Formats: sequence, C-alpha cells, structure tokens
Amino acid sequence: MPTTARTLLDKIWDDHVVCSPAGELPLLYIDRHLVHEVTSPQAFEGLRIAGRKVRRPEATFATPDHNVPTSDRRLPIADPISKQQIDTLRANCREFGVRLFDLDDVDQGIVHVIGPELGITQPGMTIVCGDSHTATHGALGSLAFGIGTSEVEHVLATQTLRQAKPKSLEVRVEGLLPAGVTAKDIVLYLIGRLSTEGGVGHVIEYTGECIRSLGMEQRMTVCNMSIEAGARAGMIAPDAVTFDYLRGRDLAPKGAAFDAAVARWEKLPSDPGASYDRVEIFKAADVVPQVTWGTNPAQVTGVDATVPDPGRFADPNDRSSAERALEYMGLTGGTRIVDIPLDRVFIGSCTNSRIEDLRAAASVVRGYRVASTVRAMVVPGSGRVKRQAEAEGLDRVFREAGFDWREAGCSMCLGMNPDTLAPQERCASTSNRNFEGRQGKGGRTHLVSPAMAAAAAVSGHFVDVRTWQYK
Amino acid sequence: MQPFTTHTGVVAALDRANVDTDQIIPKQFLKRIERTGFGQFLFFDWRFLPDGGPNPEFELNKPAATGASVLLARRNFGCGSSREHAPWALADYGFRAVIAPTFADIFFNNCFQNGMVPIRLDEADVEELFKRATAAAAAGGQYRLTVDLKACTVADDAGFSRSFTVDPFRRQCLLEGLDDIGLSLRHTDEIAAWEAAHGLPAVSG
Repeated sequence: MPTTARTLLDKIWDDHVVCSPAGELPLLYIDRHLVHEVTSPQAFEGLRIAGRKVRRPEATFATPDHNVPTSDRRLPIADPISKQQIDTLRANCREFGVRLFDLDDVDQGIVHVIGPELGITQPGMTIVCGDSHTATHGALGSLAFGIGTSEVEHVLATQTLRQAKPKSLEVRVEGLLPAGVTAKDIVLYLIGRLSTEGGVGHVIEYTGECIRSLGMEQRMTVCNMSIEAGARAGMIAPDAVTFDYLRGRDLAPKGAAFDAAVARWEKLPSDPGASYDRVEIFKAADVVPQVTWGTNPAQVTGVDATVPDPGRFADPNDRSSAERALEYMGLTGGTRIVDIPLDRVFIGSCTNSRIEDLRAAASVVRGYRVASTVRAMVVPGSGRVKRQAEAEGLDRVFREAGFDWREAGCSMCLGMNPDTLAPQERCASTSNRNFEGRQGKGGRTHLVSPAMAAAAAVSGHFVDVRTWQYK
Repeated sequence: MQPFTTHTGVVAALDRANVDTDQIIPKQFLKRIERTGFGQFLFFDWRFLPDGGPNPEFELNKPAATGASVLLARRNFGCGSSREHAPWALADYGFRAVIAPTFADIFFNNCFQNGMVPIRLDEADVEELFKRATAAAAAGGQYRLTVDLKACTVADDAGFSRSFTVDPFRRQCLLEGLDDIGLSLRHTDEIAAWEAAHGLPAVSG
C-alpha cells in the first residue's frame, strides 16, 4: 500500500491504470460508458468497419437526448435527419447489445440526469461519455469526463482510454451559502473567477463547508459546469449525502452488497495532508445570484451589478472579447442587470433540470403569471423527474402560470431539436453555455439559476430573487 | 489515419480568443452520421451572411487566407463541447495544424485522432506570428509556415523558428498514422487481468 497521502483523484486513478507501457500513454480502465445519439454513430461505424465488438456492453448505457423532440412523443419526429440519428442509435444498440433507454422508455432522459438517477453512476468509478458535461457524475465521487468520438470508439472496443494523468486543483468554498443563493450561483461565480481556461489540464475537487452542505443534485450542478472553467472533470468526495442518494437506486448495489460498497466508498475521500497541484479558496458569503452578460460563462456578474464597460478590462484579449460579446448581446456597459428585459425563459438542461431545480423554480412561480412579453418553458431532465414533478403538482404550478411543460431532453440548451431562439431573442436560461448561437442563431443567452429564471419569467426582466415575495 | 510528418501551408489568422466548438461547427450540422463532409459548415455562422453568401469580413474569407492549411488563433481555442465534429470540420476544410497559446483539453486530444497537429506556442510568439501574417496580408500576399513534427518545430522562411512540445506517444502515432485502437488491443491480456482482479466476469471471444 502506498504510504503517502493521496487525493480522491489519485485513488481513483491508481486503481484504474491497466498498464503503462514504455513510450505509450497509460491505459485507464473505464467502468461506465454513457452514449447518446450525436457523438456515437461514427464510433459504432468504426467498429463495424474494423470488425470489432463492444468489449463490455453491460457497462455501456445509451439514450437519445440531444435531438429529441420535447413536444408530443406520440407524433413522428419531423426532422428527417434527427430521426435518422436516433434510428441509427437504436440500430447500433441492437447490433452491439447495448442497453438503450429509448424515447418511449419511462426512464429516457438527459444522459447526465439518468446516470445518477438510475444508480449507473457510483463513487470511485471512471465514467466517460462523448459529451463535455460528463463531469456531472463527479458529484458522486467518480472520475467522469467528456471524450471525442474517436475515444468513444476506443472505449467501446477496449473498455479503456489512453490518458495522461491530469493535475489536481482543489477549489475550496468556505462558509455557508447566503439565503437565496444556489449551487448554480456558486459555480458561475467560480468560473468568473477562474476564467474559461483556469482549469485546463486539471481535475477540480470541490471541497469546503459550502460544498459539503449541498444536496446531491446541487453538487451535480456544480460539477456539471467544471468544463466551463476548462477543467477535465470536477469531483466531490462521497459522504453520507452520496450514500443516502444512491441507496435503493435501480442499478446500485443492494443489501449486503450496498453496505460493502459503502465501506469501500468511505475510503475514497482525500487523505488528510494530501497535496493538490493547485489550490484556490473562495468564500460562500461573497456569492450573490449570478447572471452572465456575455458570450462565455466567465463573462458573469452579480444581479445587483451592471454590465461591465469593456474598457475596464486590462487584458487586450478580455477587452476585445467583451466588446464582441456586448455587440452580439445587444448590451451596453453600465446597464443595470435588473433592467435587461427578456423574451424567453428556459428551465432545463443537464445543469438544472432535476427535481430540486424544478421545486425551486416552482416555489418562485407559485401564484404568479409569466409576464405577457415572455415565452417560458420547463423541460424536465428525465422521464422520472417529469413523473415526480407531476406527482407533486409542480406541472400545474408551471402550466397555470403560463409555462410550457415539456418532455425530457436537452432541448433549448443547444437547440438541436425544434426548441430554439429566434435571432436577437433574449433568454434567461438555466443551461450551461451562453456561446454565440448556442440556443439558436443570433439568440442571446443569459445563464442563471432556476429560481432566478423563474423570477425573470414572471417579471419580464431580471430581478434579485433574494427579495422575492413568495406566495 | 493520415500520417503527419512535415507540412508547409498558408496561415489563416483568426484573431479571437475562446473560439468555442459551437462556433467551429454549429449544432445544426451535428446530425450527420458520417465523419466526412463537415468542412462546408466550418465556422458557418461567422463565414456566411444571412443570404448564404460569404461574409467578406470574416478572416477565412479574406484573400490572405485562401487555401489556408495552418490556423492561427488566440488562447483557449476549441473550448466548450466535446464534439469531434470540430476537428473533423477543420481537417475537412484543409487545416493540418492549429497554433494557439492554449487549447481546451478535449479539442486538443481530438486533433491527434484526425491527422491534425495542435501546437501550443508562447503568447509572445503567437503575437509575433499574428504580426507577420498581418504584414503579409497588408502587402497583398500570404504568410506561410512549416510545421515539422519530426523536429517539433514551426518556422517561416524569414527567420521565425520555434520548437514546441508534444506528447511523445501522440507524436509517434501521428508520424506513423497509427490506429491507436489496434495498438491498445495489443494489451488485451492486461485489460483482462485488470478485470479479473476487480471481480468482473471474463469477456468472451
């Protein structure tokens, strides 16, 4: 046994190195491989051409999410190319023996929502998916990261990945969150401070009292956006919150096997005195509800602030990025965030479409109407989230307020399905990227928490949800 | 995979930081189920006007960038989505190398799978390359660079020469155009041993 103190990352990494042949990158074993329709067809085709099989179909799980319509599922898919991609996923899963949570499956949903929800995701595992938001699963104490399609093919064929060990970055958030501030606000705040490339080459481990105090779904929101700070992955050490979340999940161990798993998982947290390559420390008390004003997630500020004047950025790259962003966003420096009017509100995505997100949004909306100038929609992250919300009557709260209540999928986070913004439409969105054109060509995205999005839908402009009159 | 040893080509200078993969290949073009044919959609929203014609203001549409095969950009190139469609689009358009001060991790890895070299140079060196490319364009010409993966150097014919670092294994795979899955399958016994040690059932066939 190694005698040196190790981090959570060290422990998972050491346990998964299959071999480190001389002159080659190490081969890392992959415990779980999640697959969706957009980044997998070329990988399966590659296997077919080379006459290869999926090494561990039982460790591979697929669902269509990016392309799927979120309107009536009984209707055929209108877009023939989307339909072809989803049909291709079906055919590939059938041919290679991969379990598919198909459109008509009650457990279909966004791949990063159903992984934890079904207990596919477990502490100490290595998890990959051809999707950059795979870091979500790190909230349960796994090492989870996004890969390209060639790597998807590599994992399908070998159940391993060629990887150099990333560096470790401890992001410690001290103290407890102020009232009205959420996990989304923490992570947007952190990205604003770390920059969109602050985490490049690193795996972030989020630590500190603030992180420990978060529920499981809030932890997923934080880890989900690690890529937006450039990090390879984000992770949080497993604890009682994690074990309670996993107990009884369909694909988690059961009975004595679960107790044995917990005994193993309890050994995963970083040892006292373990050292990280880098440490960044923040205070939760400094975080207010966040709103992005630009075209990358680090272009963010507090709801009580103003759109920055590009001239105040010392770095020429930051200055020209801000100028370009404000032009695209149709904003001028000095405008108060709460004076920005909105056309659309989107509550959904792998960042914020879980039951706790919908509860937070519904509690703001309850008893109010969506502003007449706003079109608002809620897209649950999975079939299970949708059913749970309906059992709690949240769908009625949203519908009565004038929200669209949709079927599960990625939807307007990236607008590959018909849910898109029109040019110049301005949207408060609980998703993860405010890139140019992300939600529709010319569309203008402001990233916020579910509670902030809900309050904006009712008010027609951003408001500070800390002062909200709940009914 | 197409091997890469040495390449000389025209430089396209894209003077922007944080170029994300949503810009490199917008999502409406991710629905193809092939690896090919993405070049026509590269930088689509920047490259084309609403009427479908080329946007003359966009860097790649300027005469200095005609036939370009080396892309020069600012820091954090390729951030955002993991979509390999981004390097597929760049390679299909004709790019063989991308030079920037920093790259996003997933994009950086994806390049190597597609016969394309991502090259990290110091910010000051990238600035110098932008100056040289801009000067050549102002004079009505084009700027060319040679990327030598054997020597790990990038150089022009007017005195600029810098070495860059690249993971030796990735470099070897690129130089020889190796199938990295085939290489990994040589370690099937070690993979099976790992699985056995971790209590997983044996894989048949």
